[in-house]
Amino acid sequence: MWRDAALVAGKDLRIEGRSRVGLSQVAPFGIVALVLFAFALGPDRDVMAKGAPGLFWVAILFCTVLAIQRSVSVESSDGARDGLRLSGIDPAGLFLGKATAVAAQLVVLELLLGTGVVVLYGARIEVAWMIVVSCVLGTIGLAATGTLYGALSSGLRVRETLLPFLFLPIAAPVLLAGTRVFQAAMAGGTPSDGLQWLRLLALFDVVYVAVGIVLFGPIQETA
Amino acid sequence: MASAALPSSAVSLRDAVALSGRFPLLAGVDLEVAVGETVLVEGPNGAGKTSLLRVCAGLVPLASGHLAVLGLDPTRHRTVVRRRVGLLSHASHLYDDLTVRENVRFAVRAAGGDTARIEPACDRWGLVGRLAKTSAGKLSAGQRRRVALAVLTARWPEVWLLDEPHAGLDVAARALLDQAVTEAAASGVTVLIASHESGPVEQLATRAVTVTGGRVTAERSLAGAAPDAGAPAASATPAAPAAPAAPVTPAAPVTTAAPSTPHAEVAHVA
Repeated sequence: MWRDAALVAGKDLRIEGRSRVGLSQVAPFGIVALVLFAFALGPDRDVMAKGAPGLFWVAILFCTVLAIQRSVSVESSDGARDGLRLSGIDPAGLFLGKATAVAAQLVVLELLLGTGVVVLYGARIEVAWMIVVSCVLGTIGLAATGTLYGALSSGLRVRETLLPFLFLPIAAPVLLAGTRVFQAAMAGGTPSDGLQWLRLLALFDVVYVAVGIVLFGPIQETA
Repeated sequence: MASAALPSSAVSLRDAVALSGRFPLLAGVDLEVAVGETVLVEGPNGAGKTSLLRVCAGLVPLASGHLAVLGLDPTRHRTVVRRRVGLLSHASHLYDDLTVRENVRFAVRAAGGDTARIEPACDRWGLVGRLAKTSAGKLSAGQRRRVALAVLTARWPEVWLLDEPHAGLDVAARALLDQAVTEAAASGVTVLIASHESGPVEQLATRAVTVTGGRVTAERSLAGAAPDAGAPAASATPAAPAAPAAPVTPAAPVTTAAPSTPHAEVAHVA
């Protein structure tokens, strides 16, 4: 399973490195979203700083949809998905590989958008480790759910519109918990309040990684 | 890889029905293909030839009937069966942003194949030099077909399912393909060739079955280039090559490999 996961993750990241869709489209989209949010909130730095946690995670959530759609479309052209099925590759390894590749892209986006939030919104981080842990846990959760629902919608002609519809409500706990942890870890927050939300993120990750490992194969066969 | 305890039937379909939604892809196919046999599946467009191969590859499940591939139920032993079967379909299963060599390497490694066979296979199909480093997205249809064939010959599975194998290939590549099929048959590989143009591939097969309306409606014997059906030779004796090609090491001889799978297990869907 791990060998297959590494193989698939390496392949997806290599493709991403060549096509640079993440760098040239997804990352700029995230930055534009942050700038537009800033315009919508107005020039008050206090308001922007207060809204920064939620806006960061909303931007990440939208970027995740794009990254997942890209991950799915890579397998849609020239029957690549059938090629993977025919290879007899371990479905659990395939799930973990694709989720890892998406997670790696999200980490880069989080670094970029995190910097944007600090610069644009004037957000001040008090408990850095909490921010880092929430990003790691949130990334795992988003990548796992996204990959799972991406596979679910992959065989459908309407997958571009169906994926956000399926994925965004399911990812709402990540948005909520991530925002709460950021609020707790930023200036004016209470760090101890963030711990329960970190636990929720961890639980979400465990559930969706396990569900993905078990169900990705059957979903791929029927989608 | 061929096994000493192979079942006599490489592909066994009985009253096989496959559906796409409510549309019947196969409408009760009965077909037995012996291990080492090369069978031509002919018929007009839309007759069900491609569906038949996809069913044999385990990509399309049966709605009813029986299916066994190398004595195994492809639904229950999905991974095992798929690693022992190779399908050359209309799609090449390539990633446009990967180079030719990277595509072949990924496909062979994903299938658990021997990476030492990648170079000879690429050499055989002329995927060398600059072409090997070219992105698949820049290839012509015929070149993509060659890459798919390189993957197949590098993997060298026990059952080859070839869907219109000559489509898009130039004369030299067709000759290479014919040579590869002949070598495969000689080494005990079972080959199913689906084609609506039976002429060019008749010389490769020992038997032809006609599929019409999702059913096998006729059958005839052919001279074929392969050795006795059902009694594969232990070593490859390729026919005279029509174009220079690096030899590809065939599957392990049928008499030396250890048995790895149970016998005569069939899918049965009520």
